[in-house]
Amino acid sequence: MYRYDEFDHRLVAERVQQFRGQVGRRLSGELSEEEFRPLRLMNGLYLQLHAYMLRIAIPYGTLSARQLRMLATIARRYDKGYGHFTTRQNLQFNWVKLAEVPDLLADLARVEMHAMQTSGNCIRNVTADHLAGVAADEIEDSRIWAEIIRQWSTLHPEFSFLPRKFKVAVTGSPRDRAAIAVHDIGIRVVRNGAGEVGFAILVGGGQGRTPVIGTWIRDFLPRAELLNYLEAILRVYNLLGRRDNLYKARIKILVNAVGADAFRAMVEAEWATIRGGALALPEAEIARIRAYFAPPAYRALPTVDLASAVRDARDPAFAAWARTNVHPHKVAGYAAVTVSLKPHGGVPGDMTAEQMDALADLAERFSFGEIRATHEQNLVLADVEQAALPDLWRALGAAGLATANAGLLTDIICCPGLDYCNLANARSIPISQRIGQRFDDLARLHDIGPLKIKISGCINACGHHHVGHIGILGVEKHGAEAYQVSLGGSGDENAALGEIVGPSFSADAVVDAVETIVATYVGTRTADETFLDTYRRVGLKPFKEALYAAH
Amino acid sequence: MPLIRNGQPLADPWTMVADDAPLPAGAAIVSLARWLRDRDALLGRNQPIGIVLPPDQAVDELGPDLDRLGVVALEFRSFRDGRAYSQARLLRERYGYTGEIRATGQVLRDQLLFMERCGIDSFVLPNDSAVTAWSEAIREISVWYQPAADRRTWVVAARHGASALDGCAPAG
Ligand code: SF4
Repeated sequence: MYRYDEFDHRLVAERVQQFRGQVGRRLSGELSEEEFRPLRLMNGLYLQLHAYMLRIAIPYGTLSARQLRMLATIARRYDKGYGHFTTRQNLQFNWVKLAEVPDLLADLARVEMHAMQTSGNCIRNVTADHLAGVAADEIEDSRIWAEIIRQWSTLHPEFSFLPRKFKVAVTGSPRDRAAIAVHDIGIRVVRNGAGEVGFAILVGGGQGRTPVIGTWIRDFLPRAELLNYLEAILRVYNLLGRRDNLYKARIKILVNAVGADAFRAMVEAEWATIRGGALALPEAEIARIRAYFAPPAYRALPTVDLASAVRDARDPAFAAWARTNVHPHKVAGYAAVTVSLKPHGGVPGDMTAEQMDALADLAERFSFGEIRATHEQNLVLADVEQAALPDLWRALGAAGLATANAGLLTDIICCPGLDYCNLANARSIPISQRIGQRFDDLARLHDIGPLKIKISGCINACGHHHVGHIGILGVEKHGAEAYQVSLGGSGDENAALGEIVGPSFSADAVVDAVETIVATYVGTRTADETFLDTYRRVGLKPFKEALYAAH
Repeated sequence: MPLIRNGQPLADPWTMVADDAPLPAGAAIVSLARWLRDRDALLGRNQPIGIVLPPDQAVDELGPDLDRLGVVALEFRSFRDGRAYSQARLLRERYGYTGEIRATGQVLRDQLLFMERCGIDSFVLPNDSAVTAWSEAIREISVWYQPAADRRTWVVAARHGASALDGCAPAG
């Protein structure tokens, strides 16, 4: 993984000092809360319902064991002993004290981490495929490019006061595990007819109150031009994006207003004036960054057929876990493992300091000391020897990290909602907990098969409900919490937005509604159909009828 | 309000002139609208002339006249409004403008460094204590990951040849 050089170290150290000064000016009263607000937001510090929340950047989700241990230390030292992994591969601490934040950031800097640009109207932490480097279908490791973009976007003097926040995601594979279609800019590594590696560029995707699947504006961008092209897109957006209405300020609104063709023409014209200029990436820099993502020292192992090995496993609990939480790896004899942060009845994405320490040890023992955070609020050990899977499974189980539900109904994405967030209409965590309790039977979960439930506490859609196979959105109805349900959304390479089934459900009724939807699917599916397959075949109608039959 | 240019406080040699006010003797800054309306008369005075470029106007508007302008004043109507950063870079990098680019409006200490990197070289500050703060703010960060309108070396260039961090010292 990437390691800081002297420049990276110096920048982060200076940024910590700068923020220490800003906090000092706030504490002395030199800055009012109103003046301090944009400064703290530039550094990921929010004021929530009950306390300050600090969002820490985990660039493209990659963590070393040493970094995870530091996060455990921070959880103990500055918070209540746990942290929360978000849907953008970041980590949030929900109970920090303002006066202690500079020290916390200094501790983070010691392990090459920071909280820069995890909020504010700037280019946010760049996300990537959590199976980068190990997926068999990959053209190139997306983290190389995500790291290059991370550096370029850090403290960018021109683009730190954009009309609105700006999110970039990169995938190195045709299969999209990074949900690039719902990002302000989505980047896919591609190969052109001549065999050269470059990028296809998509703009204007997003969630929030106006969900949009992005539009491709370039089929092939030579890789040396990546940053010039991004700069062209950002400049057009910075100058022309709306600033009069918070809800119309994202780039998707601009692209829609001027039309994709006109937007593309403006970007291309801007690019033409800076193409080949100072920001063109030297091959030497690409090579320097790429070297950090070279494969680890894999052992030569015999090929094992993962599926049959799992079938033959004697312990059915292990087999169940292996079926959902173990994924193929491009190197013979290895596998990637999802570490579920979704225990039934728990808070999706939460992890205690003890679990962080335990997983850091396991990463060192089993997976070259590296951990990945996914946008689905789980963690991944990407390089595990298949023969070691049973040992790893037992050790994960001892730490409460072996729930066999990756990709299944209880692997719920869920925003913090009204338990923490001052924008929320409704609580989202208790809904996910109750769904987890209701569907606690593993055999049944496995029978239902792949099904993504995503829950947001308000229209800002931090829980990605628009792209949930079942999406649940907290709304307010007659002063009470209520939940609108949508079906058929998807965030992958066949991205689609969910359709709303009808009137909203009360907090009590929404878990039953999920039950009804599942029963309808199970009763309608043909042999191998997943929930999404069935939904795409039969449409909304049967679900709607079942849900509202009694009314 | 105090003015600093290239890091030094100075008495403002320019007068901001409202659209309906008569022109004073000496250096005057007028609105873009007045400039577009009275261009020839303004140039005919043979006195230094500058304009205010609103954030919603394209830099191209000024086009071939740029080298006649002693100052282009950019407006930060709110610190949140970041359009002037792009305008400044375009003025310097695309049009090669070498005159004064002035930041007006809500010019906050913690944004001075970004403004300066984008090519803004004079700042109308809210009070005298902001002048001291300026010299601190401008030195807080010495490492930059992107080339901009200033002369600082960016990290990629420093990593691959340019003499280490020489150029990374603040220009001001
Ligand atoms: S979706 Fe709404 S409630 Fe949930 S975290 Fe985002 S802003 Fe808060």
